[in-house]
Amino acid sequence: MSQIHIQHGRIIDPANNIDRVGSVYIADGKIVSVTQEPAGFSPDTVIDADNQVVCPGFIDLSTRLREPGQSRKATFKSETAAAASAGVTTMCLQPDTVPVIDTAAVAELVKDLAEKSGYQQIYPIAALTRKLEGVELSSMLSLKQAGCIAVGNASQPVQNLLILRRAMEYAASHDLLLIFRPNDYWLGNKGCAHEGAFATRYGLPGIPEAAETIALSHCLELAELTGCRVHFGQISCKRAVIKIHQAKKYGLNVSADVAIHQLHLTENDIQPFDSSYHVLPPLRTDADKDALRQGLASGTLDAICSDHQPHDMDAKLGAFPETEAGISSLETLLPLMLRLVAQQKITLPQGIAALSTNPARILRLNSGALTPGFNADVCVFNPEFSWQIDADSWQSQGLNTPFWGQTMTGKVTHTLQAGKLIYCQGE
Amino acid sequence: MLEIKTVLDRLEAEIRKVILERQLSNPVMIGIRTGGVWVAEQMHQRLQLAEPLGLLDISFYRDDFSQVGVHPNVKPSALPAQIEGRDVILVDDVFYTGRTIRAALNEIFDYGRPNQVVLAVLIERDGRQIPLCPDCVGERISLSPGQRIKLTGPEPLGIHVQSIDAAA
Amino acid sequence: MSSNLQLNSEGKLKHFLTLEGLSKELLTEILDTAESFAGMSDSQVKKVPLLRGKTIVNLFFENSTRTRTTFELAATRLSADVLSMNIATSATSKGESLLDTIRNLEAMFVDMFVVRHAISGAAHFIAQHTAPHISVINAGDGQHAHPTQAMLDMFTIRQIKQDFSTLRVAIIGDILHSRVARSQIQALNTLGAAEVRVIAPKTLLPAHVESLGVTVSHNLTEGLKDIDVIIMLRLQKERMTSALLPSESEYFKCFGLTENKLKIAKPDAIVMHPGPINRGVEIDSKVADGPQSVILKQVSNGIAVRMAIMAMAMQTSARSAITGSN
Repeated sequence: MSQIHIQHGRIIDPANNIDRVGSVYIADGKIVSVTQEPAGFSPDTVIDADNQVVCPGFIDLSTRLREPGQSRKATFKSETAAAASAGVTTMCLQPDTVPVIDTAAVAELVKDLAEKSGYQQIYPIAALTRKLEGVELSSMLSLKQAGCIAVGNASQPVQNLLILRRAMEYAASHDLLLIFRPNDYWLGNKGCAHEGAFATRYGLPGIPEAAETIALSHCLELAELTGCRVHFGQISCKRAVIKIHQAKKYGLNVSADVAIHQLHLTENDIQPFDSSYHVLPPLRTDADKDALRQGLASGTLDAICSDHQPHDMDAKLGAFPETEAGISSLETLLPLMLRLVAQQKITLPQGIAALSTNPARILRLNSGALTPGFNADVCVFNPEFSWQIDADSWQSQGLNTPFWGQTMTGKVTHTLQAGKLIYCQGE
Repeated sequence: MLEIKTVLDRLEAEIRKVILERQLSNPVMIGIRTGGVWVAEQMHQRLQLAEPLGLLDISFYRDDFSQVGVHPNVKPSALPAQIEGRDVILVDDVFYTGRTIRAALNEIFDYGRPNQVVLAVLIERDGRQIPLCPDCVGERISLSPGQRIKLTGPEPLGIHVQSIDAAA
Repeated sequence: MSSNLQLNSEGKLKHFLTLEGLSKELLTEILDTAESFAGMSDSQVKKVPLLRGKTIVNLFFENSTRTRTTFELAATRLSADVLSMNIATSATSKGESLLDTIRNLEAMFVDMFVVRHAISGAAHFIAQHTAPHISVINAGDGQHAHPTQAMLDMFTIRQIKQDFSTLRVAIIGDILHSRVARSQIQALNTLGAAEVRVIAPKTLLPAHVESLGVTVSHNLTEGLKDIDVIIMLRLQKERMTSALLPSESEYFKCFGLTENKLKIAKPDAIVMHPGPINRGVEIDSKVADGPQSVILKQVSNGIAVRMAIMAMAMQTSARSAITGSN
């Protein structure tokens, strides 16, 4: 089978502590060697990565591809193309599709759709409860057997703590990871913006930090009680970072991620009533943003996710509170991570680890590293390349990004998924 | 240079003549703000009219609203209690395009149907744009482009011809 | 952005959506223009032909007979043709169908929309998506803004107190849900009031309320000291059921304006209320009908202020239609 030689690139592989210029050798879809040329290697493809970075393909812990059920917003075809162009080689799919991923049949449908799209590594997250209603447990074991990588609540609060406890106990029994977005139903109060100066000025229903931190505290207590492994998704505020730090220090088996936009935007950036800034959890304050950045640098927050949520025009058309929340964010993931590096908030290896090594560890996947024997999931990117977000450069069907029209620095040139070239810039 | 007293005298004489000719009975005099009111005050006094002077502000009736908009601090018009069936002497300072008079007549007719309306102006200059003309005129003049007439007042009343550049 | 959206390239009013971003000069111009129209109310003919041939549509997605009536009267007195539509929100819950409604009306050559909507930002949304020659006036959107109400309150205050710079103004009651209060606070701060004080229990104050430029008190007796203007807000009955307050009687005991409490404010303090009044809930009848109350004056001033705003906004749309500059 095919042999690929990626040469002259700056190889950054945090899992193996590699950061040097050299070559990556791939054969039969697997990493064969880094730097050292294997005997008898005769590549049929050579990728010259001069002045570029070669790193493990990115693993996104929270995406929505809108199928099944909402193909007017996006499809597997459009979004896997966007993911490939963004260097993302593995995606976890939130269960809030239509229908919800709460049976093996829906999970298998998702796997089918993935296969037809030619993009292999899509892992559905199973709904923690049936229809995400927080009332009855989903058939977690069948869902696991059908290929679900974890269980989760998407963005639906679990109101009843007894049900959350039992769901966590059941998940723990099957050694399933819980991916939990902490959000208290009552304190969230159907809000659409951070309960702060911005929401007050514009008369928008607010969501206090306590909606996140109280739900987080409940879940931490239950993690200790049930022994369930928990990963907290889309952390948005300083007090939640503190709580996760304390829990880790105490020895709980938990991890956390932050959505990329939370590391850059705050309520002060919101253009009045511009629905492209409508996102949940809401954009919070400068202090929260700083704490999230520090949490990422210190390792309290393990991973960065895109929290990709493509929408059709109509979903974003209307008065701010009426519009649907979410940002189409796969394609800004890398440049916005690189912006943190440029701002010296994190190092480049830290940023790459937060997008590959760490999510792989959380998901217990044999990937996220250029370790020989692993699937050759590789991202090659040009860290200096400037490009503008516009209709020509954008791949996702969802045009809903507050960064529309802006110039980004950093672009993927090649993406390999299990040794298959799924994206090549300019082709 | 226009001699204000001569012009006022001539206007007074013309109004007296028209009152006789058209048999105006107990006429009500209405001045158009701001210059027209100054002239009307003088005529009202000279003719010793019994009825108090009426005041008209045509800002809300202008036809150039879409170009110049509405100005703040428009003073309300103060017209006599009864316009219906009355003989009206409408007074303005300068008759130019005729548009001000059109607006003034519209406003007066909103208040009622007068028996007749006589138009008296201190100065009639060239530049008429609509088919209206004054009945009584103090002075007729032609101005070259870039010139305009400026009335100062109320006491003493004065008329000056200015070039617009200098005024600006 | 909101201010740019409201003003044309010459800085003149095009839409009237919020007071945010509008200068003191512009607010003063509105008040001065309103003064002109207020003079007309004593005249026999209460109508001028300024907006003759223009069509104004009152789009009320939230019912309010009082506000709609004053807008209708204001438009009628400017000689515009007025059409009022009460639209059930259920039919337009989606942006798309709201836009369909707007497009249909645009096709009938409408010149101005007066919009009332239960959701914050609805008037902005319509202004952003409507045809460029159409002006949009916000007649109240969600909990965001009610700028014409605030301007008529400013007009009433100026009539009586003349100078804003020495005034201490107290706004009392449900600030959290009040679009009127938000607009009043912006207007008072722009016009340079010495102090804007909000008085309410914490449950009725939004988070970081000080960021709006106000001082805060939770006690009416203390809060009314040195106050020149008292603005009472209407308390909606549903605040009790949503656990924001224990009962109407307890609210009245703490925050209801009575003759005795009124004595704490300056002796020449005036009492205002945007209406409709809940007698015995936020205000005692004796105060509402008393000599310091200017509540009915507010109602009559509403027409002149709305005429001024409509005429000013329409003036720019008429001009841009002629020059094609927009």
